Parts: sequence; structure tokens; C-alpha cells
Amino acid sequence: MPGPETTEPTPEPSVSSEQAPSPIVAALQREHPEWLTEVIEAYGEVTFVVPQELIVTVCSFLKGWPEGRFDFLADICGADRGVEEEPRFEVNYHLFSTTKHHRVRIKVLLTEEDMHVQSVTSVWRTANWHERETYDLFGVIFDGHPDLRRILLPEDWQGHALRKDFPLRGYEPYSLK
Amino acid sequence: MSTAANIPPQFEIVDRPLDTQMTISMGPQHPSTHGVLRLELVLDGEMVVKTTPDIGYLHTGMEKLFEYKKYQQGIVITDRMDYLNPLGNNLAYVMAAEKLLSMEIPERAQVIRVLMCELQRIASHLVWLGTHALDIGAMTVFFYCFREREKILNLIEAASGGRLTPSYFRIGGLMMDLPAGFENRCKQFLDDFLKAVGEFHTLLSGNKIFQKRTQGIGRISAEAAIDWGLSGPCLRGSGVDLDVRRANPYSGYENYDFEVPTEPDGDVWARYMVRMREMKESHKIATQALSRLKPGPVKADDPKVVLPDREAMKKHMDALIHHFLIIAEGFNVPAGEVYHPIEASKGELGVYMKSDGGPKPSRVHFRGPSFVNLSALPDLARGEMVADVVAIIGSLDIVLGEIDR
Repeated sequence: MPGPETTEPTPEPSVSSEQAPSPIVAALQREHPEWLTEVIEAYGEVTFVVPQELIVTVCSFLKGWPEGRFDFLADICGADRGVEEEPRFEVNYHLFSTTKHHRVRIKVLLTEEDMHVQSVTSVWRTANWHERETYDLFGVIFDGHPDLRRILLPEDWQGHALRKDFPLRGYEPYSLK
Repeated sequence: MSTAANIPPQFEIVDRPLDTQMTISMGPQHPSTHGVLRLELVLDGEMVVKTTPDIGYLHTGMEKLFEYKKYQQGIVITDRMDYLNPLGNNLAYVMAAEKLLSMEIPERAQVIRVLMCELQRIASHLVWLGTHALDIGAMTVFFYCFREREKILNLIEAASGGRLTPSYFRIGGLMMDLPAGFENRCKQFLDDFLKAVGEFHTLLSGNKIFQKRTQGIGRISAEAAIDWGLSGPCLRGSGVDLDVRRANPYSGYENYDFEVPTEPDGDVWARYMVRMREMKESHKIATQALSRLKPGPVKADDPKVVLPDREAMKKHMDALIHHFLIIAEGFNVPAGEVYHPIEASKGELGVYMKSDGGPKPSRVHFRGPSFVNLSALPDLARGEMVADVVAIIGSLDIVLGEIDR
């Protein structure tokens, strides 16, 4: 775990334009400003947008971070921001601390050309099924996942059903195949 | 729990069928899989070496459907997810939308929500208890549980008109106020309920067969339970004192006096005891909520979002216009994203809702507690007897409607 806090506590002014960021945001911005592409605070919830190649680093750091202790992965869910949007896809990781009882959302943005994210199954075993579901419904490839198969839809299903360009009634009746 | 690296030799999968190991398929029509769950079991004699759950038989694309329905139309879809705890699903969905709309809910509506959710939690636990005991071989309990559950369903029917699919909570409050006489009927049920819990204990807790079938079976440690993302009674059965009603209170739960039962052992028996004690705590909360019911509005004062009363529509032009607009066009929800967790009867039920500013959500995702709890089954069942898999599934209290969505 990095971060003995004895290194110079440089009183650097916070980068975000928001007024009075919450303590977690301030602490993470102090320790690892290079990880945070964007910080969103809205509706009493904190969202960290991080680069897609850093997700395992960030998650394993937050899990053991003394100020956060985000030891519980509540949820992983994908979202399609729209066919024209760039980057088009996002994966949201909802973290929770079983001791401090606070929550944070980690967001990774993905373009349609590069749908690869490192799997966080090495950090939390519960990520297994969440990532399979996100793969099944959005087509996000989780590198390093032990068993990346479809989970809700049949193995020979065509396409990824929760993408915005997937029609509500599907391409053709499944029973006709 | 051993990790993948240090599996003892007897758990290695050998590729010699009919020699020492056998692969069998359990379900999807097996009665004790509580729906349409299929398990692929690799057995060594009677011992389970590997379990692979196969889900999706009940997948109906609900999360896709949300994106094509207006916010208020989504409520009826949530009823069909965890069909034993529909009011909990309603609450999670509705509160996520209210968070996006930054709405204030009147006091009376909040108290009624708590009251109904706790009644629903008891009803859900009663189905669990009846079917769990039935799986293990104790048939009588089932009838006692369903007798009590019937009373709760009658109460829910009186309030909402629906027994299994109430859709009672609406964005901004409730569908309508409680009917006349509801409080007395509810009080009568609550007065009798503790006696019924005593009956369940008499039937099961002292039963030697039930104890032998549950104690020491399907153990999971507190660290492993957190690692697997277990929540609700499954997590508290491993001694972790965590309840979303306490950790992130919603709908006024911080004002109620209740305990969070935990058991240290982490086995099927511990999860049984947690739920049995939880029913008493739910009874306690419901009693408090009933005593706090004060007259007042049950809908927020937001005419662009909340449907007007019928009487107002007959007298006021603007109420009629608002009614027409909400039904025909819906209401716009500010762009943003929220994750709202509640403590459903099976664990943390979280709703991730993303709005792009229009009358239909851009993405709705349900973090179903059954889905996550079931994913830990291979770890729980490894090394147990094949007959105990049924007991372990029962103790996880899964509902396939929520897993497959």
C-alpha cells in the first residue's frame, strides 16, 4: 500500500472548481491527483472518473486506504451513453465501507473501439458475476476475469442487449434460430 | 474458505467421468431451487466438489424495458423483480427518482412507507421460513407461515389493491392514503404476530433434525462474506453488524429504535436465527411506525410530478391539465446519476438510475441482493454433502425473479 502520509503535506489548492469538496475527495486529491480525470459531487454522492488502465490500482488502493476503507464492492454496472457519444460506454463501480459506512462511485469511460478493462476479481471476488453481467449486456471485455461467459442471456445470443442500438424486441425471435 | 491457489487434492476436478467424480445437473425444475435455478454439481461420492450455478431462465429484459417507459411506469416493473418483497423494490426505485428530483416527502408518507416495508419484510421472511423448512423436510411450518403471510397480504391488499404487485409507493409519496380501519387491522395483526413467532420456534428451533441439518453447514467467515459482497441476513449471519437502515438511513429509519441481530457462526443455522430475530425487530419497527401515524398529506406538493387527487381534478382546471400532462408526456427529471441503496428483506437492494433530462430514464440498474448472494454459493457448497446444498440455497433466501431480472 502506498501512502505513508509523512511526505510533505504540500498545501496545494484543490483543482476542482466545486466549493468545499467532501473529506474523501480532498484526501484523494491530495494523495493521488494524477488518478482523477474528473471528480463529480452531486446528490450527496461522490464520483471519481479514472483512466481505464488504472482501475485495479485505484480499487486495491481504496480497499486498503485508511481514510476510506472501501472494503465492500456493492455493484458494478455498465451504461451506454448514446450511440453518438464519445466515449460511448461507462462502467460504474459502487464501493462501500463496512466500517465507515460511506460510499463512492468509480467511473471508467470506454470508447467503442477499446472495450477492455482490467478485471477487479482479484480485489473482490464478488466482482465475478457483476463483470459477467456487464460483459453480457454491454460487451465490455474484462481482462483477467477467470470465467468471462454470458450470464443472463443464452450463450449463442447475438449482440449485447442493453446497448442503445439494440432493438427492444431483438433482431429476430430467438425461438426461430 | 480456501482460495483457488490452495485447494486440497480431493477438490481437484478429474477428467474421468464415472470413475471417482460425477457431474449432475440439479434443476431448473427442482422444487427446492426456489424458481428456475440450475446447478451443475461435480460430486465425489456424496461430496460436492464444484458448483456452477446457471441462471437466466427467468430473464425478461427488465432493465432494457425501463429505458422505454416513463419514470412512473417503471414502478410496476419493479414489483415483478423480487416478487416476495415488491414494496421494497418500489421503495428503492421511487427513492432513486426522488433523489434525482430533489423531492421532500411528507412525514406521513415516510412513516407509512416504513410500516408497509416492515410488514413486507415479515411476509418475505415467512415465505423463506416456510420453504426453507419444507426443503429440509419439516412440512408443517409451511402452513403456519402462510397463514400469517396471508394476513399481511390482506393488509397490503387493503392499502394498495394488489397482493403480490402492490405498486403502492409512487414518486413523491404514496398511491393513496391508508383506508379507513387499516390501523386497527394492522394493530390486531401485530398483537398476534409475536405469538406466531413463538410457534415457529416451537416447531423448528428445538427440533434435533433441523439443528443437525443446519448447524455447521455452509460456513462462511466474515472476511469472505464481505469479499463475496454478501448483504442482509447472510452477512449478519457471519457476525458483521451491517444494516443499510443503520449505515445509510433512509425514509426516517434513523428515528426508530431497533436492533440489528447478528450471529457469529456463519452457517445455515446462524442465518436462520438472524432472520427469526429480524422478524421480531420488524414487528418492533412496525409497531413504532403505527404509533407515529399522524394525519397529514401523503403526496409531496409538486403538481408537475405528483398526480392530483380525483376531487381536485373535478374542481380545478390546472389539476386536470397537470394530470393530463403527467400521463401523456411524463415529467422531466434533471440529468444526473444516483445510486440509492435500501435494506430489502434479502440484503442491500441498490438502484442505479441515470437520467439524461427527459421523461424516461437513460439507464436503470438493480443491484439485487439475491444475485450477489447466490454468486457465493460455489464457495459455500464446496465440501458439503449434496443433500446440504438444498439447505444452503434455502438459507441464502434467493428469488430468481430478482436474479434474472
